[in-house]
Amino acid sequence: MKNAVGRDIPDFLLQGGREVFQGNNYKDGAIYTKPGPTVRAAVKPEESKILPSIRDAIELCGLKDGMTVSFHHHFRDGDYVVNMVVREIESLGIKDITIAASSLGDAHDPLAAMIESGVVTGIQTSGIRGKIGDAVSNGKLKGRAILRSHGGRVRAIEQGELHIDVAFIGAPTSDEYGNARGKGGKSDCGVLSYSVADAKYADHVVVITDTLVPFPNLPPSIDGVDVDYVVVVDEIGDPKKIASQALRMTQDPRNLMMAENCARVMAATPYFKDGFSFQTGAGGPSLAVNRFLESIMTERGIKMRWALGGITKPTVDLLNKGLINCVADTQDFDVASVQSVHSTPGHYEISTSQYANPVNKGAFVNKLDFVILAALEIDVDFNVNVVTGSDGVLRGAPGGHPDAAGGAKCTIIVAPLVRGRIPTVCDRVVTVTTPGESIDVLVTDYGIAVNPSRPDLADALVSAGIPLVTIRDLKMKAYSIVGTPDDVEFDDRIVAVMEARDGTILDVVRQVKKFDLDISDAGVFDFKIV
Amino acid sequence: MDIKRGAVSGTLESSDVQVTIEPAANGIWLELSSSVMNQYSRQIRQVVLNTLSNLGVERANVTVVDRGALDSTIKARVECAVFRASEWEGAIPWQGLVK
Repeated sequence: MKNAVGRDIPDFLLQGGREVFQGNNYKDGAIYTKPGPTVRAAVKPEESKILPSIRDAIELCGLKDGMTVSFHHHFRDGDYVVNMVVREIESLGIKDITIAASSLGDAHDPLAAMIESGVVTGIQTSGIRGKIGDAVSNGKLKGRAILRSHGGRVRAIEQGELHIDVAFIGAPTSDEYGNARGKGGKSDCGVLSYSVADAKYADHVVVITDTLVPFPNLPPSIDGVDVDYVVVVDEIGDPKKIASQALRMTQDPRNLMMAENCARVMAATPYFKDGFSFQTGAGGPSLAVNRFLESIMTERGIKMRWALGGITKPTVDLLNKGLINCVADTQDFDVASVQSVHSTPGHYEISTSQYANPVNKGAFVNKLDFVILAALEIDVDFNVNVVTGSDGVLRGAPGGHPDAAGGAKCTIIVAPLVRGRIPTVCDRVVTVTTPGESIDVLVTDYGIAVNPSRPDLADALVSAGIPLVTIRDLKMKAYSIVGTPDDVEFDDRIVAVMEARDGTILDVVRQVKKFDLDISDAGVFDFKIV
Repeated sequence: MDIKRGAVSGTLESSDVQVTIEPAANGIWLELSSSVMNQYSRQIRQVVLNTLSNLGVERANVTVVDRGALDSTIKARVECAVFRASEWEGAIPWQGLVK
């Protein structure tokens, strides 16, 4: 059945009430009952939650074949927790496990071997890349991976579609009762936003820390009332890879030009007024927008009421200068943001449900004026792909992209027209991760295009003297430089389902096909693909 | 043009292509690898073969390691490798036909 972004979703996926994507607001007003975890009462005041090893925790939680375990990705590429836990699961002979992580990265390459051996047969995540991406794209995972945005993951937990048997929560600090925080230890990550839903909805919750602090560890991100066991290990991660010393601000003139144009676009809209709200990504041109924003804000004498999302130093700097009133933080990318959260007045931690769950009653993304986001590909219908590479292999993460884009009044995608020989603007993206209806403006190095569904924004930009082109012009320009690409070919088997924020099916990812060129010209005797 | 010796042009930098040409007894033997294989290998192959044909090369072993080069780059690298391999003397007729 064709969905609202024109993707054909096979009927066999639409069982048990699953539906195809039918537009951003399709589920508005839906009635649902939240599930509750099955918990073990911890009544005895003298009972200790401290266990000597992860292995003991796995055994006491009763982890069995076929169960689901969860993790967060606040430690980014410095994470040790996922590999430590899954190694123990393997050595206990447990198999057929589903890993439900808020995201997976290069640090988790060892999971690829667990997929091959059948220890891990299910993956539900936002990010999927490196060896895991290769393994899944090549059909090694027994089940189908489910890819969700950050908000979509919390929604799946809070609507009972993702039931977590055991949540393993790496925590920079914890007390003996499991009150855990992102600050105060040797592997600080600032916040534990992604784990809040896991702690509230998992049947068993294990906190793993390398820094045990005296009770009570206040204010906790993970509440000890939800925690079964606490395990102290030597190291939960590599601090150098958890928080970057300083994210490099791009010096690339092309990126700077695009960033400046993003700021000009923002300033030309009616939403750019005192008290506006803003989110931006941590990548090259998105991050650089902060630099141009400050001067326009100062010039016009306006301030930002609040900033949202993954936080970096430029946002902390604006907060310290008094140009932002408050920051709602779900993840920290650098040392400056880790240090600032809970310390700088106005810099608060929020949960991922508060951030982006589309079916709760107050997601922060809904109140956003602007978000600046990147794209691997964007097609002539403004659909964005941030999850599959140009060879069709899984190597990205929807992250908060669909959430912020879906909520914000003005969503700006900033991307170069071509990267090497790969066109960013194209006829049809490989995988739709964010539907075109969520995207308002595209800023490239060859021109700015506005979604035809937003004539009001087009008028505002033209009135401010910003020249516009159509997205089809941009695509033609791209193809004139790099040539028209052939379609990526896939096998039939579906290896991953890309869920929309509301749990409907936005797209599917198929197994990659061994590349084969049909060669039959006279004159060429041998044609070898290496 | 006759390929008299082995020759190389280009680099393995991103957006470049490295072309190696060696003598062969008969025909064109082409070995291609590319970072954009799925979407552009047909075009790359065509550009390489057309360029060789324009230069009148009928016998060669050709190895192309592409890093996402544009067609114009591929054409220039192939021409350069052919001129080197054919021990061409004198001014190089860039963009010109040497049939």
